[in-house]
Amino acid sequence: MAGGVGSPGRAQIPWRTLRGDRWWFPPAVTFTLIVLWLLYALVRTSMQRDYFVATYHYLTPFYSPCVTASCHPDARHVGTWLGEMPPLVPYAFFLLPILLGFRLTCYYYRKAYYRAFWLSPPACAVAEPHAKYTGETRFPLILQNAHRYFFYAAVVVSGMNTLDAFDGFHGKDGGVGVGLGTIVMLTNAAFLWLYTLSCHSCRHLIGGRLKHFSKHPLRYRAWTIVSRLNTRHMQLAWTTLGTLLVTDLYIALVASGALTDLRFYN
Amino acid sequence: MSYDAKFRVWRGDASGGELVDYTVEVNDGEVVLDIIHRLQATQSGDLAVRWNCKAGKCGSCSAEVNGIPRLMCMTRMSTFTETETVTVTPMRAFPVIRDLVTDVSFNYEKARQIPAFAPPEGVARGEYRMQQVDVERSQEFRKCIECFLCQNTCHVVRDHEENKEAFAGPRFLIRAAELDMHPLDARDDRADFARDEQGIGMCNITKCCTEVCPEHIRITDNGIIPMKERVVGKRYDPLVWLGNKIGRRKP
Ligand code: SF4
Ligand code: SF4
Ligand code: FES
Ligand code: FES
Repeated sequence: MAGGVGSPGRAQIPWRTLRGDRWWFPPAVTFTLIVLWLLYALVRTSMQRDYFVATYHYLTPFYSPCVTASCHPDARHVGTWLGEMPPLVPYAFFLLPILLGFRLTCYYYRKAYYRAFWLSPPACAVAEPHAKYTGETRFPLILQNAHRYFFYAAVVVSGMNTLDAFDGFHGKDGGVGVGLGTIVMLTNAAFLWLYTLSCHSCRHLIGGRLKHFSKHPLRYRAWTIVSRLNTRHMQLAWTTLGTLLVTDLYIALVASGALTDLRFYN
Repeated sequence: MSYDAKFRVWRGDASGGELVDYTVEVNDGEVVLDIIHRLQATQSGDLAVRWNCKAGKCGSCSAEVNGIPRLMCMTRMSTFTETETVTVTPMRAFPVIRDLVTDVSFNYEKARQIPAFAPPEGVARGEYRMQQVDVERSQEFRKCIECFLCQNTCHVVRDHEENKEAFAGPRFLIRAAELDMHPLDARDDRADFARDEQGIGMCNITKCCTEVCPEHIRITDNGIIPMKERVVGKRYDPLVWLGNKIGRRKP
């Protein structure tokens, strides 16, 4: 504390904060939820099973795109690009770093983990425990500036998840069918789009970077819509963690036979 | 309705000080600043406090109430229970002068460093014409009352005195954004300035400035993050660099 609120010249107050409310609660919740989610994702991606419901073509987002020779043949609806996967290696191993990178460099998640994991700061007006601080000016955190590239990739990934959801309109007899799983996958894809489009980089690129909106009416319209979504970016970040988990869990349960899919048509 | 409230107020100066306990009358509809004034009037005539408008518009009465940076004149006593002790201290990021009064000259130094509004060449004063859609974004930042609560709360300088030199603070990052987004500001180096001189890279977008701003300016979302994106565009994005080189891309 010596270099911060305890610096010479400042009002000498021996406590790191005088906040009496439960300021530690929100970061504790964020920490717990993110750790639980990551553990779930780690277990599920390395399981190499229960990721596909062949009868209805439900593919979990955690294994999409399924393009290795180890994938169920019907799950490879975008082709087979790679050979057999050794045990424990996630089938979508090449895509997961991109997804992780997108969320790790996301302006909202940055706030969340800087506060909850790095305690920098743990909450507002609560002194942080670190003696030195350089923010995002140096390696590795300077790499946060690459966020827009992850955004471009995330657009492609959202597209892929949408394709998977359409593939989920698959009935028992091979024709068109709709089940609860289809709805779950569609909902997930829709929220992934909302999250991706509400991104701050998207807001900048689509129009925010312009100086004169009046000269670009269409981009101004687009910017207004993205800006409106952007105010919900945090909520969408959490909602998509939820929809991803629910989608994967539902497909895992149906694929393992623990649950039968609720069918609306075929 | 009135009751006796327990107050703890920091008294002292740069050489030292402590929290002093008071019991003081509180009436319906009062704010923390009223109570501080009553202390001044009835119990400690030498209690130093800075204020002007009592309407949340001059930005003078910034302090910390129960550890949270706030305007004393906009903090209603009805937000506390009658039994609760209300602790009032000066802002903890700036040098203290006496009691609740701090020396905020750090902020004036940072303000002076920003290159002034620069209209395009040939456009004289009185000839400024612009469209509302173009100037709208800048206007949000004009609501700032310079209370410096955001500057006080920002952990970059609050928790690291040594960063004061390199970091301008949220209030002046939104000043940079205000000018960079302004339709009639002709300078094209605002983002470079934000990176090189104002230390925008030190902000880790944890949003405490936004949380405490009494004008509800969306400092981080509408000012700092767009500014960071502009810095990326100018300094870190190879595609933009290439686009500019071959002249295919204009702001
Ligand atoms: S968002 Fe940035 S400028 Fe605002 S308080 Fe946090 S670190 Fe400081
Ligand atoms: S931006 Fe808000 S908190 Fe900061 S000085 Fe202006 S009014 Fe105060
Ligand atoms: S995805 Fe969160 S800011 Fe880009
Ligand atoms: S006295 Fe002017 S803002 Fe409080």
